Amino acid sequence: MAEPRTDAPIWGMTAEYESPAAIYHAAERFRDAGYAKWDVYAPIPIHGIDQAMGLKPSKVGWFVAVGAIVGVSGGLLMQWFMNAFAYQINVAGKPLFAWEQFMPVTFELGILFSATMALLAMLTLNGLPRWNHPLFGHDRFLRVSDDRFMIVVESKDPKFDAEATRRLLEECGGTHIETVVEE
Amino acid sequence: MSSFNPDERTAQRMAGGQDRPDAERPRDPETIDGTIIDDPSVRPPLVLGDRDFHSVTETICGWAENPAPKWWMPAFLISSAVSGIGTLMILYLIITGVGVWGLNSPVMWGWAIVNFVWWVGIGHAGTLISAILCIFKQKWRTSINRFAEAMTIFAVICAGTFPGIHVGRVWFAWMLFPIPNYNYIWPQFRSPLLWDVFAVGTYFTVSLLFWYMGMIPDLATLRDRALKRLHMKAAVGPIEIALGKIRAFGYGFFALGWRFSSRGWLNYEKAYILLAGLATPLVLSVHSVVSFDFAVSILPGWHTTIFPPYFVAGAIFSGFAMVLTLLIPARELYPGMKDFVTARTLENMCKIITLTGLIVGFAYAMEFFIAWYGGNVFESEAFIIRAIGPYWWAYAIMFSCNVLSPQVFWFKWARTTPWFIFIVTIFVNIGMWFERFVIVTTLSSDFLPGSWRYYAPTYVDVLTFVGSLGIFMTLFLLFMRFLPMLAISEVKNVLPQADPHGHHGSESGDGAGEKNGKEGAHG
Repeated sequence: MAEPRTDAPIWGMTAEYESPAAIYHAAERFRDAGYAKWDVYAPIPIHGIDQAMGLKPSKVGWFVAVGAIVGVSGGLLMQWFMNAFAYQINVAGKPLFAWEQFMPVTFELGILFSATMALLAMLTLNGLPRWNHPLFGHDRFLRVSDDRFMIVVESKDPKFDAEATRRLLEECGGTHIETVVEE
Repeated sequence: MSSFNPDERTAQRMAGGQDRPDAERPRDPETIDGTIIDDPSVRPPLVLGDRDFHSVTETICGWAENPAPKWWMPAFLISSAVSGIGTLMILYLIITGVGVWGLNSPVMWGWAIVNFVWWVGIGHAGTLISAILCIFKQKWRTSINRFAEAMTIFAVICAGTFPGIHVGRVWFAWMLFPIPNYNYIWPQFRSPLLWDVFAVGTYFTVSLLFWYMGMIPDLATLRDRALKRLHMKAAVGPIEIALGKIRAFGYGFFALGWRFSSRGWLNYEKAYILLAGLATPLVLSVHSVVSFDFAVSILPGWHTTIFPPYFVAGAIFSGFAMVLTLLIPARELYPGMKDFVTARTLENMCKIITLTGLIVGFAYAMEFFIAWYGGNVFESEAFIIRAIGPYWWAYAIMFSCNVLSPQVFWFKWARTTPWFIFIVTIFVNIGMWFERFVIVTTLSSDFLPGSWRYYAPTYVDVLTFVGSLGIFMTLFLLFMRFLPMLAISEVKNVLPQADPHGHHGSESGDGAGEKNGKEGAHG
């Protein structure tokens, strides 16, 4: 949908910036103006943009911690169940559950679960996978993955106002200010 | 990130270089491209050729988008034919039994385990480069990490094949996994062979996750470029349009709808650094566990505590060698790759090869010392037989390739001349294969001289190994053809333009905008 439909409701407003520095300062303005449903789109993770946007630290770490606990305790429990309980193998009268021998697999399973959780948490927290999005219908957005920097304010934002938002985007140096319609 | 002095000096140097191009930088495209700077207070540039974001995208995506280079199809046909031979050999093995290999009574483990350990070892470089160098903030890794991670995954695929087929009756391989079954039998978790299943399985999964997650933004870049081409109606003819749609769909599917949002990048970066932190102990543990296959046994020559660190060092050693073996030709064959993979990158890798080669050499010496110092007659005999017994030639190849050949990198010319590095890395690959061969053939002389037997491979052993090289190269050529070979967003992130605070300090973040403003705007 390269041609924007005029009858569809507005999803948001986009503005382009030329460099990480320019968008960094623009982001500070939007943060201070109290916008909530907006985002900075950039081909790279801009260093320090989370502070400029006033974002809270990522929660991925908590998910990974859960993954680690589940992996380690589940791994140990599984080995206890299989070798010390359900199918006991007597090797030279050695104890059935000597924890030392179960450490390598416990460790590996801890890593396996934490790493899987890291990816899943990243995707879940970002709302991915999501293959359709109003921004994908916006041709200029496709340059963001190359070398453009874009601020997008959603119309759902309580502070969104077609005029005021456009003015703010312009004031902090935005070019090509355009509206994106709902898909 | 730019508050350190060296960065600032580099920035000044680069800014100066634009006014007076090549005035102070010696430029010789073959060897020293201006990135080999002996003054440690100057940070050499990571990306050459005055590139901006757009030219980075164009070059790296171009390798995947443009028609294949002329050499690609012949190379692909040859390597897939070789992998076909390997597959036939595996089929023959499964139909007939492990008797088609050269195994005999004391040597129950032959080339299959040698190849397994060799391939897993090679697979260590990728995660080491991505994880450990990431944690140590070695920014030169950004140009090689994708490449090395791909190599890791394909190497572990080849590695995993061998234990899978060497169990003999492959239709029982599922018994390695804790799967409920009608006999109510569970695996024996006190065996290192089972630890191996979990270690290598985890390593493969985590490496794949790491590789894939790092690639999501770059796949999204390829998706957006494919979409843009469709929108611009650049394609002519129904076939080209259909191919364009397939590209957009394929890249788009695996990009999972990534939108380059900063809220997304925040979670992404957190997940990435956590994965790096998790992969670091993992990469060290995997080859330790592989070495337990030998070290936990009670055979002289195998039952030593030095095995885990010695195997890990050897793994890094062989992995870096294999990365260079693949990287140096690719660097010549793909236009523009030399701007990213600089002479400095090659030099750094050579230094790591020399270091790990020395560790491996130290381990060889220490094994002998302990065999003598420990006073165990079986152990000292095992080592004497290893060095001057029937397999003396393998020991000699191992020692000269692994310990002596990397010492040439003490000379600057040797570690900055790509064709020469390439030759040395081939030696290292051979040497590391023989290291595993030497360890495994220790079996041929066991406790009773009456049962000693010489082990020699059959043609099936040899062709299966050659076939695994074919599988590896086939997968690697497909990777080079269709996926982003370098990490686009990470390379962009180490360009000076990526710094939101300009080239001067990062204390306040104010007042640097106008200086930096012009740079991201080309293209």
